[in-house]
Amino acid sequence: MTQPAPAAEAATHKSTPADGGSPWRAAVARADVRTLSLLGVLAALIVIGGITQPDSFLDSDNVQLILTQASVIGVVTVGMTFVIISGGIDLSVGAIVALASVWATTVATQDFGFAGILFTAVIVGMGCGLVNGVLIAYGAIVPFIATLAMLAAGRGLALQITDGKTQMVTVDGVLKLGERDSYILGIPPLVLVFAAVTVVGWLILNRTTFGRRSVAVGGNAEAARLAGIDVRRQRLYLYLLSGLCCGIAAFLLIILSGSGQNTNGNLYELDAIAAVIIGGTLLSGGRGTITGSVLGVLIFTTIQNIFALNNLETATQQIAKGAIIVAAVLVQRRSATTS
Amino acid sequence: MPSHTSRRGLLFGAAALSTGALITGCTSNESKDDDSDDKSQQVADDKPGKKVTIGFAGPQADHGWLNAINDNAKKRAEKYSDVTLEATEGSNDTAAQIGQVETLINKKVDVLVVLPADGKALTQVGLKAMKAGIPVVNLDRVFASPQAYRCWIGGDNYGMGLSAGHYIGEKLKDKKNARVVELAGLDNLELTKQRSKGFDDALKNYPNIKKVARQAADFTVESGQSKMSQLLQAQKNFDALWNHDDDQGVGALRAIKQAGRDDFLMVGGAGALSAMQAIEADNSVLKATVLYPPTMAASAIDLARALGQGKGVNGMAEFEIPSFVTCYSAVVDKENVGQYMSTGFK
Repeated sequence: MTQPAPAAEAATHKSTPADGGSPWRAAVARADVRTLSLLGVLAALIVIGGITQPDSFLDSDNVQLILTQASVIGVVTVGMTFVIISGGIDLSVGAIVALASVWATTVATQDFGFAGILFTAVIVGMGCGLVNGVLIAYGAIVPFIATLAMLAAGRGLALQITDGKTQMVTVDGVLKLGERDSYILGIPPLVLVFAAVTVVGWLILNRTTFGRRSVAVGGNAEAARLAGIDVRRQRLYLYLLSGLCCGIAAFLLIILSGSGQNTNGNLYELDAIAAVIIGGTLLSGGRGTITGSVLGVLIFTTIQNIFALNNLETATQQIAKGAIIVAAVLVQRRSATTS
Repeated sequence: MPSHTSRRGLLFGAAALSTGALITGCTSNESKDDDSDDKSQQVADDKPGKKVTIGFAGPQADHGWLNAINDNAKKRAEKYSDVTLEATEGSNDTAAQIGQVETLINKKVDVLVVLPADGKALTQVGLKAMKAGIPVVNLDRVFASPQAYRCWIGGDNYGMGLSAGHYIGEKLKDKKNARVVELAGLDNLELTKQRSKGFDDALKNYPNIKKVARQAADFTVESGQSKMSQLLQAQKNFDALWNHDDDQGVGALRAIKQAGRDDFLMVGGAGALSAMQAIEADNSVLKATVLYPPTMAASAIDLARALGQGKGVNGMAEFEIPSFVTCYSAVVDKENVGQYMSTGFK
């Protein structure tokens, strides 16, 4: 909670690697109490799942299922982590996923096959991120408002493109990626993409100047500016990064559902923000971890899986989800303050 | 009330039935200018009659079925040379839709057709239209007060559940300890509860069948894929699945394919084109879908036109159009899919 302002630290370390030791030891050292408590929550959930549904919860199909379902929102959450660490917020992620997925699945893109769909999804995602970034960094519009506007406009545009219709994907290569034949060593390709995005995100945050600048801007923007960081450009890049993650997530969702629909990515903004916060990132910026966010996503997905396997009703699911969010944050705060 | 209706029916109904249709059929040219009191005996038909302006306020078409509703209304209105359709931009915002209906009232349209985003919230403006002398045809989502509409036409959610339950029941009636799974729609909506109630009630007729699981999705492809893949994981074997909605069914079918399962029969709901095509191709677990016909919007235009022209409904002895019409939730399977294919919506 009371770490020194990282701006000065970032400025002095600007061109040198953060740690001299092996990355593994550094990682272990950084794995603070919060991360361990999250692992504890996840382990507890796994025990609950294993006890209530021993036959279906612990089999490999279900593990694949949980990881696959975590992939789409997980990629979005990695981008969201950067934005929140920098003291911002991105409410438009769900809308960007919807817009990217419908644009990428229009009839026109299908003629260009796999590459056309992937390219369109990523470009649309980054385009939206760029607009967010320019509005926030150079238009001086607060992130909450700028991305709220993008949420509304993006959803509207997605609806206009689809006319309310579900756009089916006809490109075999895309559809195949979501099916069992494409699993690599038993791992669905979606999960591999999620893992890659997580690793790259972790490296960027912890091993690059860009990562330290992001933290510095969130800790104290004025100090960061005085230390020579171009705060505005940094903010622009951060929303662009979030948009890129949404574009990738949209492509994963297309693979998963075999279609594009304007309702895609519904409430992703809330799920991603919740996962980031549960993961121990400060909503006010300045501190946060990718590992925590990804664990937050896995906790959510595992909860939903356990609910479905136990055939809980929707109302019960929602109440229990709320209770678990509060419990997870309380446990974390307790373990963080007592350490 | 019943005696009143039957008296009218007895006195004039028979005459209207036997001769009314004949008269309008043969002498429609003359009767067009005829303002005598036997006008009320006429039934609406395709021939041009008195010009009618119909105001149409529909919801935002953010879903295949709602899109089909708007399409059906517009296409049917184009069919009649005597009908002018004043359609507002669809809206899911209650305040905006109230404003749109008020604008149509101010324009003094002859008849209103309203599919409210929220029936209860639009009741007041329905009453206002009726008081202004504009009859309202309330489409599908029902107003809170019968005084707010002259005629209601809509679908039967409970009946959808019944039809699905009976279809599955008949298919599985010889199977001992049959297991059924339900993928419901959005649980926040009352209609979802009605569909489930109808399904459960139908299954009570088949003591050999047990519903072993029910999960609710959100009517979207994404939620359908997600919830169905979890249901498949939870239920390693079952005999039939009822999915409330064909849009989320696209996702459910995808999940079924991804899990490599084909050991059960699936019944869908609503009547999407993709579902009908899959039923016709017969290459997936989807064997039938229960209709919630979007053609009701076309019927609403028919009823509105008849109201505007002061005519009754063809094939019925009533002088006036009925006050309540509930569409039947037919089951479309491989046998009859050809007949319904044209009503399938994208």
